[in-house]
Amino acid sequence: MSIDKNTVRKVARLARIRTTDAETEVLAGEMNNILKMIEQLNAVKTDGVEPMTSVIEMQMPEREDKVTDGGIPEKILANAPEHTAGFFVVPKVVE
Amino acid sequence: MKNLTNLTIKDALAALKKKEFTATELTEAHIKATEAARHLNCYITETFDIARKQAKESDARYAKGAAGLIDGIPIAMKDLYCTEGVQTTAGSKILKGFKPPYESTVSGNMFRDGAVMLGKSNLDEFAMGSSNTTSAYGNVINPWQRKGDNKPLVPGGSSGGSAAAVAARIALGATGTDTGGSIRQPAAFCGITGIKPTYGRCSRFGIVAFASSLDQAGPFARSVEDCALLLQSMAGFDPKDSTSVNRAVPDYTKSIGQSVKGLKVGVPKEYRVDGTNPEILQLWEKGVQMLKDAGAEIIDVSLPHTQYALQTYYVIAPAECSSNLARYDGVRFGLRVEGENLIDMYEKTRAEGFGKEVKRRILIGTYVLSAGYYDAYYNKARRVRKLIWQDFIEAYKKCDVLLTPTAPTAAFAIGEKMQDPVTMYLNDIFTVPASMAGMPGISLPAGLSADGLPLGLQLLGKPFDEETVFKAAHALEKAVNFTALPQLLLSKAA
Repeated sequence: MSIDKNTVRKVARLARIRTTDAETEVLAGEMNNILKMIEQLNAVKTDGVEPMTSVIEMQMPEREDKVTDGGIPEKILANAPEHTAGFFVVPKVVE
Repeated sequence: MKNLTNLTIKDALAALKKKEFTATELTEAHIKATEAARHLNCYITETFDIARKQAKESDARYAKGAAGLIDGIPIAMKDLYCTEGVQTTAGSKILKGFKPPYESTVSGNMFRDGAVMLGKSNLDEFAMGSSNTTSAYGNVINPWQRKGDNKPLVPGGSSGGSAAAVAARIALGATGTDTGGSIRQPAAFCGITGIKPTYGRCSRFGIVAFASSLDQAGPFARSVEDCALLLQSMAGFDPKDSTSVNRAVPDYTKSIGQSVKGLKVGVPKEYRVDGTNPEILQLWEKGVQMLKDAGAEIIDVSLPHTQYALQTYYVIAPAECSSNLARYDGVRFGLRVEGENLIDMYEKTRAEGFGKEVKRRILIGTYVLSAGYYDAYYNKARRVRKLIWQDFIEAYKKCDVLLTPTAPTAAFAIGEKMQDPVTMYLNDIFTVPASMAGMPGISLPAGLSADGLPLGLQLLGKPFDEETVFKAAHALEKAVNFTALPQLLLSKAA
């Protein structure tokens, strides 16, 4: 599988990263090299092997479903580039 | 008075207890040394005011006889750990100015035990790199130099600032994080000791996430025993991290000085890879002989999927990073670049805020997770990961620890190996397999190369058996007796 400039553009769009034409060109080359390395995995027989999710075999812990935190809007908003009246502000989404 | 910056943590603690000097004096000595070594660029943010305040509080505790485990010890905190009210950048422009409203569990544990924070240490952007050259806050310079050559060398990465600070004697210890080798490889490049504990041993809460199934916190220091002390403070169950394991933390310092007689040390044949510096192979053989002389039994083992670990890593780590880094969108924290609409703002913010290596990994990750490739790349890698893990489990039926080199070369110069990302990735060839399997691993200095640079050996252990790793590492440390100092310090003394 080889990655062309269009694929890079599509993936960059999915990842929400603007790329210039020149960057797209360089990235296509680099990503192809990385993929070439990754494709060596095809040589490994993995029939019947379950994909691994976690290296530690443990039951995910559960806790009671109740609120344990909150009431700190100033802390939550303190690092926001823009906020008003207790809300994050973003460019207009709905006309 | 003693040279306060060349002590081990253990000796510093004993002297503090005996009131030979105060925590304030110890901290001031390190602040002075830090100011004199600013050209190494170890810190993104210096926190001397906090350090002085913490040292004063520590002195009060010593006066009352109520000192903690690492009370008064000046350390460097990798700038990937969220520290309440103190800028935390992850080495990225996208988090410039970010002041976390909470404390990471591990840094909180260390402050509970009396640690003094000198600053937030430099790192590869979002911990993605093996040379500390992807930081948005500049390269870190290794205090070591090649004989007869003053080219600046990399400290390794991603925890490069932490490792360089400990090697340069401007901190007694430091925190790091290790996803594919980011503690062990810089420890080797800087001639110090660093351990990545078992996945789940330390809480990841409040540590900026890179690849969550691999990230693990760990310490750097100048001796195995000091690493044991620091890990003792850092480790433990945390209900805020669902992957942290609810298991008591043993007294790691009890492992120090125990005999390795009868200990089974495995030597994996697959780690003799092409391109490894012959000096490193010789050093490895020397290490094997030293453990044998100390009474250990040497056993040849096989980890047949070793040669696929790097490829597996470069699917799984980017996949997880592309998901984790989706949160940097210019809305809740960090950089925002205004756009015509919401998507335009996202795209411009992320284009401006992330560096090249981070973008490359996000794109690879997005690609391997996208429809049509998920099974062929991501699930394939997760299957191979299981086989890598099984290799270790099989090997540990025959031995207690594994001995390998830490990195295929010594530290290289800034600018070398940087043309092609794949060449750079090969740095992690010996450290990545244990990361994929979640096993604990320590790197300690074991000798010098012909051109005078430190080389490291790595000991890997069974899950949650850091005690045996410390025991074996201490025996090796004693046999090696590494006393060389970085040129930076030698030239100062001259």
